Amino acid sequence: MAHAIRYTGNCRVFVTFGKIGVCASKCKPMKTQQNTDPLVIAGRTFRSRMMVGTGKFPSTDALRESLEGCDSEIVTVALRRADLKNPNADSILSAIDPKRHLLLPNTSGARTADEAVRLAKLARSMGCEPWVKLELTPEPRYLLPDPIETLRAAEMLIKDGFIVLPYIQADPILAKRLEEAGAATVMPLGAPIGSNRGLRTRDMIRIIIEQSNIPVVVDAGLGAPSHAAEAMELGADAVLVNTALADARDYRAMARAFAMATEAGRAAYLAGLGPERNAAEASSPLTGFLDGHSA
Amino acid sequence: MSFKSELASWPAERVLTSINAATPADVERALSKEERDALDLCALLSPLAANCLEPIAREAQRLTRWHFGRTISMYVPLYISNVCGADCTYCGYAVRSGNKEKRRTLTTDEIRVECEALAAQGFQSVLLLTGEARRAVPPSYIGEAIAIAREYFASVAVEVYTLDQSNYEDFVQRGLDGVTIYMETYDPKTYADVHLIGEKSDYDYRIEAIDRAGRAGVRRLSVGSLLGLTDWRLDGFWTALHARHVQKACWQSAVSVSFPRLRHVPERFHIPELVTDKQLVQLILALRLFLPEAGFNLSTRETPEFRDKLIPLGVTMMSAGSSTRPGGYSLYGEETLEQFEIEDRRSVDEVAAAIKRAGYEPVWKDYDHAFDRGI
Repeated sequence: MAHAIRYTGNCRVFVTFGKIGVCASKCKPMKTQQNTDPLVIAGRTFRSRMMVGTGKFPSTDALRESLEGCDSEIVTVALRRADLKNPNADSILSAIDPKRHLLLPNTSGARTADEAVRLAKLARSMGCEPWVKLELTPEPRYLLPDPIETLRAAEMLIKDGFIVLPYIQADPILAKRLEEAGAATVMPLGAPIGSNRGLRTRDMIRIIIEQSNIPVVVDAGLGAPSHAAEAMELGADAVLVNTALADARDYRAMARAFAMATEAGRAAYLAGLGPERNAAEASSPLTGFLDGHSA
Repeated sequence: MSFKSELASWPAERVLTSINAATPADVERALSKEERDALDLCALLSPLAANCLEPIAREAQRLTRWHFGRTISMYVPLYISNVCGADCTYCGYAVRSGNKEKRRTLTTDEIRVECEALAAQGFQSVLLLTGEARRAVPPSYIGEAIAIAREYFASVAVEVYTLDQSNYEDFVQRGLDGVTIYMETYDPKTYADVHLIGEKSDYDYRIEAIDRAGRAGVRRLSVGSLLGLTDWRLDGFWTALHARHVQKACWQSAVSVSFPRLRHVPERFHIPELVTDKQLVQLILALRLFLPEAGFNLSTRETPEFRDKLIPLGVTMMSAGSSTRPGGYSLYGEETLEQFEIEDRRSVDEVAAAIKRAGYEPVWKDYDHAFDRGI
């Protein structure tokens, strides 16, 4: 039965030694079972490799269901939307359970490094942990990140003791520069935010992953569980999903589907995927003669 | 390039010819394309497209959800003065309507009282409005009003007479993040016919004003035309072109479009081109396909039933519980003049409940002072 996969209730799949194990009860993750492949960011360990963005949900309940469905541990919230003074009245914050979720404030809407730094400091002064997802999106149409301001803000915040997770273009050089500056992760985009287009930046993300010494989180553009799986198969350390969850008919089921795909992609990556081939390769028509076969 | 010169390449005849020449294949192409150009917009505004609003609505809904999710940003207008030196034939504030005893500019204390009342209702985004009265309601007064409003709201916008870039820069310093300027109509002749006296009759100064606000660093820029003054297809087309111009010229600002439709007008004015519900819907849908990322605003000028129906069709911003008279929330009733009669008289809570019933989340706060001020 070791390799059988069985889903019951809200059961989630988890990875052990490259094998897929299943907890049989309706479940919370099984505490007794050691997760041997945790995600580690800035020395902190996370069981789930799926992060959730909170922007586009139609209601607090929808967000809550999504969070339950994927059992994500890192939830990012736009500081411009959050009412940190009245967290209980805030529709997003009230869905986040501090015992289960790391609230990752983000600086979305910031146009300059100075604005982002101010927002991050505001969050910290209001009691958030000193973690920040750096989003510097000076242009409101496509919300693409500004590489220059992002690097500048990262440097300032890291110096100030923040754990910085920057949202970036899939730019391998920028990723290295941020790593050198002390960023905790890099979060390259798969496609424009909200576009559900999948890994349009696949080639660059592959290079980022290959070169990186810090976790790579693919953020933005993942519109289907298969996109998340693809990112994880490439070797991404985690994914971040928002729009695809908020758009679903069944929030819980879609979130769960993404979580499963994330874990499946990770498992496949660890198991070692075979290379892609254009055609079947049964024999060696070009070089077979060297071994004495006639053509 | 200035918008005036862009506009010059789309005179009324060319727009109308393009709209009327649209074929079913043009509409189909406009519907299925990813990036739509001005000719696609003409096809979507055409009488032909009016016959296939359902698929256009589906696409509009998809684009809106893509960019905004299922959320509606909530704001409230706050009229701080109804003194006006302009004579715009369609407007309740026009100087020729008299009503001297009903003209009032709120004192700073009165602004505070009104802000307090609105903040207590849950609003975190306010739009301050005045008439056209630079002398009686100087920029320094508006600046002061902005600073006061900032104490009560996360986000402060103005819809006031047009100003120089330096004025907008000063406002940004005081905490302003949004400017709304309706061109009313882009047709120069109609513009001259309805804006009889005062600074507002300067078409050129007004049409460039939103660019000046953008250059001053205002984050949210809103344009619109007053539907009913002329052919809605023409002003709708030009409004869309203007919005796209602003998106490019002021690339760091978020651009939104409002759809104010003339309904209740002073007796002396006759609405020349009354816009029907169906036409307004077609306009909103066509503009959504042309401007997928723009915020769309529908105010309480429209009826509750109509507003509720439009929630899933491209609208992203709504006001609620509005009054168009200075002091109208907590201080004055009939004794101050209102600009126009509102149609949706529901309370804030009722509108928020209607938004939730439609499966959308009312968003109260979408800005933070920390963006522009230290903590």
